[in-house]
This record gives sequence, structure tokens and C-alpha cells, in this order.
Amino acid sequence: MPEDIRKGLFFYTFRRNKIAIAGLVMAVVIVCLSILAPWISPYDPIEQDIKSQYLPPSLTHLCGTDGYGRDEFSRILWGGRVSLMVGVGSVLFGMVFGVSMGILGGYKGGKWDVVVSRFNDIFMSFPLVIFGLLILAILGPGLLKIIIAIGVALTPRISRLARASTLSVKELPYIEAARAVGQGDGKIMLIHVLPNIFGELLVMGTMWIATAIIVEASLSFIGLGVRPPTPSWGSMIRSGLDQLTNAPWLSMIPGLAIFLTVFSFNLIADGLRDIADPRLRGA
Amino acid sequence: MPTRGSGALDGIACGKETHKCDAGMQDTLLNIEDLKTYFYTFEGVARAVDGVSYRLRDGEALGIVGESGCGKSVSALSTLRLIPDPPGRIVGGRILFNGTNLLELTNRQMRKIRGNHISMIFQEPMTSLNPVLTVGGQIAEAFRLHQGLERREATEKSIDMLRMVNIPSPANRVHQYPHELSGGMRQRVMIAMALACRPEILIADEPTTALDVTIQAQIIDLMLELKEQLGMAIVLITHDLGIIANTVERVIIMYAGKIVEEAPTRSIFRKPLHPYTRGLIRAMLRLGSKIESGRVRLEEIPGVVPSLYDLPPGCRFSTRCPRVMAMCRKEEPELREVDERHFCRCWLTRHGG
Repeated sequence: MPEDIRKGLFFYTFRRNKIAIAGLVMAVVIVCLSILAPWISPYDPIEQDIKSQYLPPSLTHLCGTDGYGRDEFSRILWGGRVSLMVGVGSVLFGMVFGVSMGILGGYKGGKWDVVVSRFNDIFMSFPLVIFGLLILAILGPGLLKIIIAIGVALTPRISRLARASTLSVKELPYIEAARAVGQGDGKIMLIHVLPNIFGELLVMGTMWIATAIIVEASLSFIGLGVRPPTPSWGSMIRSGLDQLTNAPWLSMIPGLAIFLTVFSFNLIADGLRDIADPRLRGA
Repeated sequence: MPTRGSGALDGIACGKETHKCDAGMQDTLLNIEDLKTYFYTFEGVARAVDGVSYRLRDGEALGIVGESGCGKSVSALSTLRLIPDPPGRIVGGRILFNGTNLLELTNRQMRKIRGNHISMIFQEPMTSLNPVLTVGGQIAEAFRLHQGLERREATEKSIDMLRMVNIPSPANRVHQYPHELSGGMRQRVMIAMALACRPEILIADEPTTALDVTIQAQIIDLMLELKEQLGMAIVLITHDLGIIANTVERVIIMYAGKIVEEAPTRSIFRKPLHPYTRGLIRAMLRLGSKIESGRVRLEEIPGVVPSLYDLPPGCRFSTRCPRVMAMCRKEEPELREVDERHFCRCWLTRHGG
């Protein structure tokens, strides 16, 4: 079969997976809305209007207004930029280090594994937010630094999963067979272990995106995250909590935004995993 | 960590010496001397391979037969230094390949031996292939690794290999994934992978155990055909004497980590000397026997293989041997040449069998 037909097959299988397509459409809409925020948001997200406090959703304010009279819908659009960047960025950051550490520890075993596992254990003993806080306290505030801080905080969790999956994959005969043809450890980890644990990591990765968005919210709440007037979904949930009985939409709408984002990523990851695993490719 | 032989530097020199001395064994390709592979576990030390020595000549087909746990697979894995360490370790002996002690090579040097000079195929064709890579990609890997070929060239050579192992429409199959192939096909792919770099030795560890009986014969025939074609030596490891009978020239019978009998295939079946070998042969199903018609039960060897952690003193087979003597429980017999090229580890053979 020629190369181009096989590449076509990838998209073909993905397209046949309707659920994954739904996820993809959702994610594209969410990402586009966030990118286009400066042009499509109806109001300035940080402009206060004391006269229109706590307005419920209406045609003029699609998602209502918050305690400072700021338009909730515009804030959602703008907040999405921060939240998506933090969510995706920190997970990618954590994946790079966590996955390499996990595979190395799991595959090599022995001293390598001791180092990796102890590292994970020690840092897993901190709650995510505290750990992120610690790193952020060292780095200082700023969007990029938040991404790095949360990424580092996620690393032991990612590394642990990668290690566990590696342990189960490494016992499979094809690893031994690869060694028997003279394949080196590095190559085996790269072409035999990584692709076989990737599906699992992908699906969990979308979950971690949600975690990262929430952690960012907590950090913002303490004042170490995004600086106050700048909206992010997490900080919007936080600030809406006081008024949960009076103005429930203030927390619910950003919550819904996070939910939809994570959900769409999750569907995509699920579809991708099915494609990445040739056995699940519907024949 | 690489396991090193006991005699560090003089190993290679010695190997060459023995090589020269033996006039009849001029073309010894692989010479395993007193190989000891132990497993160190919480239960104690399992002496899985305990002083095994054998030679493999250029282009020879050698069979290693024994029950599960007799050390036949471990001795094969030791040859390629594929024993997982921990818990396993090669604690003694030498593995001389063309006069070089493999136990003294660095890991990097050893990788150049694996797949290139000595290849191995495994029992489980269903799981011995990486499910997320195409079969062609996996065969190509061997070419890229040992011969530094480019992807395109390697793929073309993979197609040739698939053709060589009689896989129909190889140009299509090369892009398929392992799950799209049947068990027999996958074992053919494994063979193609193992033979990609034309190794001098192919170690086949129960290559047909997981396969359908009808496919078994095909795979064995294919292996023998390729052996002739490529002029390589084969070590066929199996628990099935039936497979051995018309395939290999020489047979080694192993029991609890030791060689108990070694002889040309013909002599093993005509005149088995060790009680264990006799038991194995009697436990074989034969066409036209009374067993087949259901009148007589198939014979078996009573008892079980002793635990490797707790071996009996004296002969290791003494606990199950029908002809056990007092001496057997005290002292272990040596592997002696009883007949021409026929070796046996039994006290009985000293008195003429």
C-alpha cells in the first residue's frame, strides 16, 4: 500500500469516529473564540460599570455581569486565552519531563528507578497547589512562569503514570525480541515503549489540562497567578463563589467553559488513542 | 550490568587454544563451556543452568530438549546475554563465539552480535511483535540497525525477507500491522526479522509451541529450508521430541539445569541411555501404537521436576528415576562419552547400560 493511502487512512478512521469529530469541532470553536477574543468580545473585559452589578444573563449581557459590572461573556472569551494556554502549556511542559523520566525509570530499573520513584514520591507528597505555589514563589508571577510552575508540579504525576505503563509494556515479548535483534535501550524506549504507552498518556493528559486550569485558578486567587483584572476561568469561578446564591452564573459559566474544554479534549484524545492503536482501528 | 566470565583476560586466548587443539571440531562456531546462570531471589538461589557445555558446528542443527524449567530457555537467553539482571546472573563459564568470549564483551559490542551474528526467535508470535508498528517497519529496523540502511532501502529489503519466508503478496503485507496477520504468519515475520542480517546462528526457543499443529510443520520446514539456503546453524529448543526426530542432527537432553544426555539424533531414538531420555521417548505418542487405539495408557514419568531451590543430593533425576540406586542419591555422575559421540550422565552406563 503506498504511503499516501496510509496517511489518508489516518484521517479516514478519525473521520469515521463521530464522537471524536464532535470533540474536535467543540475544541476548535473554543480555541477560535479565545483567539478571536479581542475582536469578537462585545465589551472590554476589565472595564467596570458599577451601575450594572450582578445582572443576570440577558441579550445585552449574554452571560450577565459580575460584582464590578464587567461583562461575563467578554471575560469568558478573554479568560479562555489564559486558561487554555496554562492548561495545554503546562501539561505539555510536564509531559516532556515526566514522560522521559517515567520511561527511563520504568525501563532501566535499578538505580534509575530508585531516583525517579523517590523524586516522584517526595514531590507527590505536596498538594499540587502548594507545590505550584512553592515554584511560583521562587520564579515570581507571570503567565509563562505559571505555566512552568504548574508543569513542574504535574511532572511527578505524569512521570508516575509513564513509569507504571512502561513497567507493564517492558515485560512484553516484543521488547525482548527487540533486544534480541540488537536494539539499544534508547531506541527501544523511543520506538517500542513510547508509542505503546502514548494512548494512555494522551487520555490522561486531557484530564491534567483540567487540573492545570483549576490550579491556575487557585494560584490566581492567592495572588500569585494572573494579576487580578486579567480574567482567567479559574479565577472567575473563585470570585463568583461568594455570590453563588445571588448570582450563580458567575461561577457556573466559567465552570461550564472548563468542563466543555476538558470534555472536548478528552473526546479527541480518546479518538486519537483509537487511531494510534492499530488493533482498535475498526476493520 | 554486563556479566563477566571468571577468567577475565585469558578467556579469549584459551578459547582459541581449545579451538585449535580439537582436530575434529575445527569448525566449531559456538562453544559453550561450563555455563552457569543463577537466579537470586527471595526464596534462595535457583541454579537454572548449572554447568552446561556444548558445541555448535558451522551449519549444524542442534536440538535441546527438556521439560519446562529444565534451563533450556535460560541457556539460550544466556547465550545472547538477555537474562534479566536482577534477578538472573551468569555466574560462570564461557560462551565462545568464533573464539571470542561473549561474556567479556561490552554491552555495545554485544548489541552488534545480537541479530547480526546470533539471532533468536521466541515462543509467542502473538506478542513478540510490537502492535503499533508495521511488520515491515520492524524488519526494517534490523537492517537500519546493523547495516545502516535508509528507510526506503530497508523497506525494500524487508519485502525481500517476507518473500523469503513465503508470505504471499509481501509488498502489501509489509505495511500491515501484526494484528492483521495470523499466528503462523507472525512467526514467519519473526523468522524474517531474525534472519534479516543473515546471522550465523539462529536460536529458536520453542518456535512452534504456540502454533496450530498444522502450522507447526510448515514453520519447522521453513526454518530448515532457510538453514540450508543461508548456511546457518540452528539451535532448536523444544519440549517435543517429535519435532526433533527429523529435523536436527544432534540432540541434547536437559534436566534440572544440567545436560543428561547428548547424542546424534539417530542414537537418541535407537539407543537412549539415560532413564530420563527413555521416559521421554516412551511418553511420546506414536502412530499405530496400542495407545492410539485406546487400549493402553500413554506412559508418563512419575513425579515432578525438583525445585531448583532445593535440588536432591547426587543425581538430580534420582527422585523420579525408575532404576535409582543407592549411589545415585549420594554422588552425581559425570557426563561421560559412552558410545561414539554419545554422552550420558548416569551411573548405569558405567556398567554397560
